[in-house]
Amino acid sequence: MSTVEKVGAGAGTYVDQRLGSNRFLKRSLSKVFPDHWSFMLGEIALYSFIVILLTGTYLTLFYKPSMVEVIYQGSYVPLKGIAMSEAYASSLDISFDVRGGLLLRQMHHWAALIFVAAVSVHLLRIFFTGAFRKPREFNWIIGVVLLTLALGAGFSGYSLPDDLLSGTGLQIARGIVQAIPIIGTWGAFLLFGGQFPGDDFISRIYSVHILLIPGLILALVTVHLMMVWVQKHTQFPGPGRTNNNVVGYPLMPVYMAKAGGFFFIVFGIIALLGGLVSINPIWIFGPYTPDQVSAGSQPDWYIGWLDGMLRTMPNWETAVGGITISWNVFIPAVVLPGLIFTAMALYPFLEAWVTGDKREHHLLDRPRNAPVRTAIGVMSLTFYMLLWIGGANDIIATTFDLSINAITWFLRVALFVLPPLAFVFTKRVCLGLQRKDRDKLLHGYESGRILRLPHGEFVEVHEPLDVKERAIIESRLMTDHAPLPMPASVDAAGVANKHYRVKRLQAKLSRVWYADQIPAPTMAEIEEGQHHAAHGALSEAPLHAHADALENVPFHGGVLHTPGEEKTNQEQLNDRGGHL
Amino acid sequence: MTDVNTHEHSDHPVTSGRLPVADVPHKPRRTDVDPKAARRAERQVAGMFTLSVLFVILFVVAYVAIPKDANVYIPVLGLVGAMNLALGVTMGAAVFLIGAGAIQWAKKLMPDVEVVQERHELASEPADTAEAVDQYERGKEESGFAGYKIIRRSLLGALALFPIPLIVLLRDLWVQPTDTPNPQAELETTIWRKGSRIVVDGSYAPVKASDLPVGGLISAVPENMMEVQEEEHTLNARGKAAILVVRMQPDEIRSQQGENWDYQGILAYSKICTHVGCPISLYEQRTHHLLCPCHQSTFDLADSGNVIFGPAARRMPQLPIGVDEEGYLVALADFAEPVGPSFWERG
Amino acid sequence: MKSLVARRRHPLALALLLLFALAAVAGIYAVASASAPAIASDSTQTQVEEGKKLYLEGCSSCHGLGAEGTVNGPTLIGVGAAAVDFQVSSGRMPLAAPGAQAQAGPAMYDEKEVAQLAAYVASLAPGPQIPTAEDLNTDNVDVALGGLLFRTNCAQCHQAAGGGGALTQGKYAPSLMGSEPKEIWEAMVTGPQSMPVFSDSSITPDDKRAIIAYIEELQTSASPGGLDLGRIGPVTETVFLFTAVAAALAFAAIWIGMKAR
Repeated sequence: MSTVEKVGAGAGTYVDQRLGSNRFLKRSLSKVFPDHWSFMLGEIALYSFIVILLTGTYLTLFYKPSMVEVIYQGSYVPLKGIAMSEAYASSLDISFDVRGGLLLRQMHHWAALIFVAAVSVHLLRIFFTGAFRKPREFNWIIGVVLLTLALGAGFSGYSLPDDLLSGTGLQIARGIVQAIPIIGTWGAFLLFGGQFPGDDFISRIYSVHILLIPGLILALVTVHLMMVWVQKHTQFPGPGRTNNNVVGYPLMPVYMAKAGGFFFIVFGIIALLGGLVSINPIWIFGPYTPDQVSAGSQPDWYIGWLDGMLRTMPNWETAVGGITISWNVFIPAVVLPGLIFTAMALYPFLEAWVTGDKREHHLLDRPRNAPVRTAIGVMSLTFYMLLWIGGANDIIATTFDLSINAITWFLRVALFVLPPLAFVFTKRVCLGLQRKDRDKLLHGYESGRILRLPHGEFVEVHEPLDVKERAIIESRLMTDHAPLPMPASVDAAGVANKHYRVKRLQAKLSRVWYADQIPAPTMAEIEEGQHHAAHGALSEAPLHAHADALENVPFHGGVLHTPGEEKTNQEQLNDRGGHL
Repeated sequence: MTDVNTHEHSDHPVTSGRLPVADVPHKPRRTDVDPKAARRAERQVAGMFTLSVLFVILFVVAYVAIPKDANVYIPVLGLVGAMNLALGVTMGAAVFLIGAGAIQWAKKLMPDVEVVQERHELASEPADTAEAVDQYERGKEESGFAGYKIIRRSLLGALALFPIPLIVLLRDLWVQPTDTPNPQAELETTIWRKGSRIVVDGSYAPVKASDLPVGGLISAVPENMMEVQEEEHTLNARGKAAILVVRMQPDEIRSQQGENWDYQGILAYSKICTHVGCPISLYEQRTHHLLCPCHQSTFDLADSGNVIFGPAARRMPQLPIGVDEEGYLVALADFAEPVGPSFWERG
Repeated sequence: MKSLVARRRHPLALALLLLFALAAVAGIYAVASASAPAIASDSTQTQVEEGKKLYLEGCSSCHGLGAEGTVNGPTLIGVGAAAVDFQVSSGRMPLAAPGAQAQAGPAMYDEKEVAQLAAYVASLAPGPQIPTAEDLNTDNVDVALGGLLFRTNCAQCHQAAGGGGALTQGKYAPSLMGSEPKEIWEAMVTGPQSMPVFSDSSITPDDKRAIIAYIEELQTSASPGGLDLGRIGPVTETVFLFTAVAAALAFAAIWIGMKAR
């Protein structure tokens, strides 16, 4: 035992005698974590958040959250002598006069963009693999709340430098608050301490940005991770992986080295970005004043979809009896985002209600095995991406020589047409993949090996699946669930079913959910199919020779099909009593 | 680190205390079977950690040695700030190498056999649940929460109301000026008055009608803009009073918001968008269209400032103008309708 | 703009600089000699005549035989020499193809011909003049004031970094990154196409010089933070985030998840 270890052991004992920490270590150091690249999306979010906290702390040491007007006298000549808020002047000082200040600002901003992106993509991974299902519904809700907090953190930070771009964003935010019926005007006056821009808002949003939101995020991230710890991580299907175990690497040493190492990698990439790639050059945009604007004023990426919605919305407004309702602002900026986030938070419960699936799920779904869910996801993504186009329509117009009016009109139509098309298309693709999986289970995979038969014809040999692929495809057998039965309107005793309507709706939706699913073969069929494939050309060749001679049916990939019939040769063979 | 090679990489390593996965054939890595490869991996990892130290030293050197305003030309990046580049690259490399070394270590030298851990039922044992329910019932009984109806109700009432002070305290987020009955009153007026001279934003010089050619555009404010601004210490007045002044041929004006609100083809409109308040001055002098760069609402200044495209619902408010005895452009009155985004009480 | 910065370091840059210096000297000389009245009126007279010939050949089909304008093109009476110089030497006129707006491109007339056309149009009615070297002298101007005025009067269409921006129906405000001082001046005083006119009452000649100096600053300044991504704000940052940054992080994640051999 080295000296360091002796000291460590001594410290460990000291702490254990006071907290009983060794009991925790005993259980934890060998805790198993499954390994998959997509499981690191959440880690990226966590690590970039840590970088944000670190760099942000430094920035607070130099930044002055004040809207008092000062005359800039720093070292950036093209703004020398210009009147500006102290907030903007101190942001310029951070960029030009504090050594390394610009690096910290750029790291902070890049890390923020990465943070929200990682949270979003992590959420997509959870969604498409069904990782939100029982018992992880709470953690999904926490995740959705974290996403909204991340948007709030990002927007409040975007507003702090008080440059022309951020001030324009605040002006828009103020317009949105003002458009909320009944309370909007008062709300805006309370938030801004009066009229726009006032002299209070920067210091107010500063405390929100550095205290309230990060505090909430930190608390929720802790709960989020504790839940992952208690419930253990989900895993993708594979050999030896079941719903009742977790296969991977132990915390000590492999996972610790990998996760710890990844933290430094994310940190390193963010630092490199901060040094190499400019972000938000506030000195170009100039100080904020409410009567200036720059063409191409955009929000950061995660607000882009909201801006897109604002841009695409038709100009509806109702003014009757002395009041005004600005549907053109209220719907896209308040109602729809509210509905979207609520629907997102409730999704696990909606899906569980429709499928009637009350089992625990620790094995992840392959997206193809839940076609409706996958289709809903792609449909939503399509909607989201179209809104992105809306948010950047002026840049897109100038870059691709288009008219902003044409883009807006395209979006007004496309937002209703393309997402449903994406739904149908995705579902078809999923079902096609299911069919392919079924074929693989029943007949093995197409090996690409061509055999020449004695009579001169070429056939492709099918081979049994390897352990890993078979385990992955077979995982569906463990998760499949039957649609809910139609309820009876009256029970056996003739008493009317009080919940009949609701239950009927549930059963109908359940049918829609499971409609068109390609039935998975039974275990016996799979065994037979794989066994058959294992014989390869030996068993295919004579069968084929017969068929060829007798009926000249089309033949692909060693599997015999009668035209117009979906059945495979094995099924046909069975139908015909074992011989052709 | 040197004794890594003595690890037995059988299919059943004992390192983790858990069973490995049964049916996955384990293929040993090169570092498991070839001591040379293992030593190479060891050197790689140690090399990365050492390089990281080097980059930290370089970071400090760069911090001290590079002047703040030095620029350096780098292919692909262009002419960039030398200090930011050097600090970012050295710090990034130092941190990145720690991570890369740790991961290389884990991948090449730590066991790569996956192990299995059983999951346990998350739901509590029925006996535990029953005990918890008992505890709760006992507590309920002992406290009399169920029995003392008045206590229960008054407590609930008290708990429901205790946040009220916290909400009331937010009222003075806006310290309401004594002469302002409600927010609406502040939104409905600007500092434009009858006779306010129109001055150019930036130079604050008054404008003669003859100075503005057809097709011309001026971003303008009232003459007392700077005084008000200095008095109020905010940009609030500017946020409502900013206007743009354009001139077109009088016969090109199809309509305006009041009779003769132009002066010989010179029109003044608010600069603040009626959608959500972006300042607009993207004025196309040929079409007389005014475009908002934020959400692309388009207004026709030759036709009362009406909305012709985009999400804005209200026309751009027009400022009636004329000239004073010296021939300078002046406002004839304040705006007849509130400028900027709509609000509930606007009507 | 990146390329511009890059070109400044090009070996040819020095040669180009010398060439500019020569041209400037020649320009000053030309201006000085033009102010000698006797020669001026004479040469102007021939220029106008030559210009008229060119005009009738190349421009009259749209702008009318007397430059009074037709349905296809606006009147040129009173637009001044500056407008002609701007439109023709930037290649916007003669119009290459119908579209939302005239595009800049290779000039169809050489410098001498442009001067002749300009002289002819200027002879029709008084209008904005082509700026002299004196007009464009940006020594001793306040760049910061230029920035303020740029943001007040120009940024709304041309974007805060001068990168250009969209207008309605496919029209656009072009990027200023390659614009020369003379062009910028001429655009301000003549209001080409959609652009409004910024007369001397709106932006004084001193202020115009300050704006020009600020645009030159934008054109040549270094990017303190690294690769500048066009300085147009969040859109290019987003594109970079979801391509390069996402690729780097995904590469790292996949490398970690991959089994070593």
